[in-house]
Amino acid sequence: MASRGGGRGRGRGQLTFNMEAVGIGKGDALPPPTLQPSPLFPPLEFRPVPLPSGEEGEYVLALKQELRGAMRQLPYFIRPAVPKRDWRRLPRELKIRVRKLQKERTTILIPKRPPKNTEDKEETIQKLETLEKKEEEVTSEEDEEKEEEEEKEEEEEEEYDEEHEEETDYIMSYFDNGEDFGGDSDDNMDEAIY
Amino acid sequence: MTQAEIKLCSLLLQEHFGEIVEKIGVHLIRTGSQPLRAIAHDTGTSLDQVKKALCVLIQHNLVIYQVHKRGVVEYEAQCSRVLRMLRYPRYIYTAKTLYSDTGELIVEELLLNGKMTMSAVVKKVADRLTETMEDGKTMDYAEVSNTFVRLADTHFVQRCPWVPATENSDPGPPPPAPILVISEKDMYLVPKLSLIGKGKRRRSSDEDAAGEPKAKRPKHSTDNKEPIPDDGIYWQANLDRFHQHFRDQAIVSAVANRMDQIFRSLPVGYNISKQVLDQYLTLLADDPLEFVGKSGDSGGGMYVINLHKALGSLATATLESVVQERFGSRCARIFRLVLQKKHLEQKQVEDFAMIPAKEAKDMLYKMLSGNFISLQEIPKTPDHAPSRTFYLYTVNILSAARMLLHRCYKSIANLIERRQFETKENKRLLEKSQRVEAIIASMQATGAEEAQLQEIEEMITAPERQQLETLKRNVNKLDASEIQVDETIFLLESYIESTMKRQ
Repeated sequence: MASRGGGRGRGRGQLTFNMEAVGIGKGDALPPPTLQPSPLFPPLEFRPVPLPSGEEGEYVLALKQELRGAMRQLPYFIRPAVPKRDWRRLPRELKIRVRKLQKERTTILIPKRPPKNTEDKEETIQKLETLEKKEEEVTSEEDEEKEEEEEKEEEEEEEYDEEHEEETDYIMSYFDNGEDFGGDSDDNMDEAIY
Repeated sequence: MTQAEIKLCSLLLQEHFGEIVEKIGVHLIRTGSQPLRAIAHDTGTSLDQVKKALCVLIQHNLVIYQVHKRGVVEYEAQCSRVLRMLRYPRYIYTAKTLYSDTGELIVEELLLNGKMTMSAVVKKVADRLTETMEDGKTMDYAEVSNTFVRLADTHFVQRCPWVPATENSDPGPPPPAPILVISEKDMYLVPKLSLIGKGKRRRSSDEDAAGEPKAKRPKHSTDNKEPIPDDGIYWQANLDRFHQHFRDQAIVSAVANRMDQIFRSLPVGYNISKQVLDQYLTLLADDPLEFVGKSGDSGGGMYVINLHKALGSLATATLESVVQERFGSRCARIFRLVLQKKHLEQKQVEDFAMIPAKEAKDMLYKMLSGNFISLQEIPKTPDHAPSRTFYLYTVNILSAARMLLHRCYKSIANLIERRQFETKENKRLLEKSQRVEAIIASMQATGAEEAQLQEIEEMITAPERQQLETLKRNVNKLDASEIQVDETIFLLESYIESTMKRQ
């Protein structure tokens, strides 16, 4: 348009507001141009105020951290399911014992892990002290497990595996295949959708 | 919903419920109301996973459902409710201060589980309290029930909407989703239950009333067979009521601080007589804080607490404090000046604040670009010519509060991300230390010697211990900061809500 082309030639350098009113006098040095985005952590001019400490602060802090831990253990925490693998084609030793929970679920949702912890630690000691036996145990339990999996109906005791025993870098829950929560979600659905 | 809020919701959901629930929750927050299949399709998640996630979200009052025409059920997420998860520790602590440990655990269970029946809560809390008591002692259900009733009476817990009792049995198929009802008068009605029993310890060595076998069997297998007396009557924590309490607390403590100032400048006798009380009230009413207003002289003067003004003052004080900590006390002085005088020209600011022009300009621009202060144009002539227009600095409290609130959401998101980063960086070391602790604990349980324990402890080297200490300190600091920022969020949200209601 005519006016746009014209604006470049005439009236260049005119601002829409009066500079003096805002406080920039004529001839004042303007601040240097900014050539890069502001730094990720701009320098702090003033030290931040210290956080509240004392009984209340400590207690609420401890509460917060406990809650976080507790919620991870509750059944509401859904972990991503592991893809189903075809174990017929892979070497047996790659199979990690999957944690099987009791199929019988109650309507009251309670944290599942605390009762297991004591068993946990005892297992840990035993396994640490008898390395050879452990390997035998593992393979025999794997055999057992294969049979159990085929039957698919047994109510077993919970078996919890420590990562270091199997020398994997994965957290054991990585190998959950989601069937643990099958029972729960049914219960949940009963309660949520009246 | 702003991006900052969505980001924060995402972090909270992921930390408390895992990635699947987070994916579904965030999707619903972004897109609004959607039916089941659309959610599965749009997020690329299996139908099963979506169902599980929705159950969890609904259970925790984060998602609601509605039946639309042709029987389609749509799900809607409540972003602001998700943000409340930041405040859970504060709700629980408040319950503790008001109703001691029993109250604390009741509220904690309700928050952790979203909704529960009264009998379930009572049982669970009794069990938990019994765990902490001395050997042989147990917590009676009746005591827990009493506290529950008190919480209901004071409205800190309320009933969830329930399935209406149908008078006639419909011959047709049941609706795809029940329409839940709620009535004001029944919302705090506690069902008549006679819960008899005592809390049970988890250790199987104790004598149980039923003589249950060892811990390997599910704890409540016997109870499954008994009918739950208050089946279908669910309770939840009433967050609004807690907010009311926080607000009152904030106002009371602000006034208390004020009273201290007044106290010091007055000769006061030790007995508060009616005269002195009158004086105090008048002082409060005249106080620029405007918390207390005088409305009428009947009965010697009716005094009213002006909630909106009180919240406004609290929000303003927050803004002042932020300006002070961020830009320095001279900036804060200018800020207070502009607040007080409402509109000021550049020159006037320099004069009133007694700060040289150059510095004053610099400070004003810093605050301007931070959106604490805004420029208002007052044209002198109808053509709005810049040379003939007043440019006045002013503080728009509502928009400054909104800006600060937005910043708070971003801050907390940053804090959470940093905390997660710190934890991830030290994951290996953390796991090692947990294992060592587990080993030590079990060795102690089986009675190991001092030397053996020493050996195990040395598995963690001195520099590693140092690292763990630093990590713990940092994580604590980050957590404490989150809690602090949430308090600011509460004040700002209360003020903004109160202002919006009046418009």
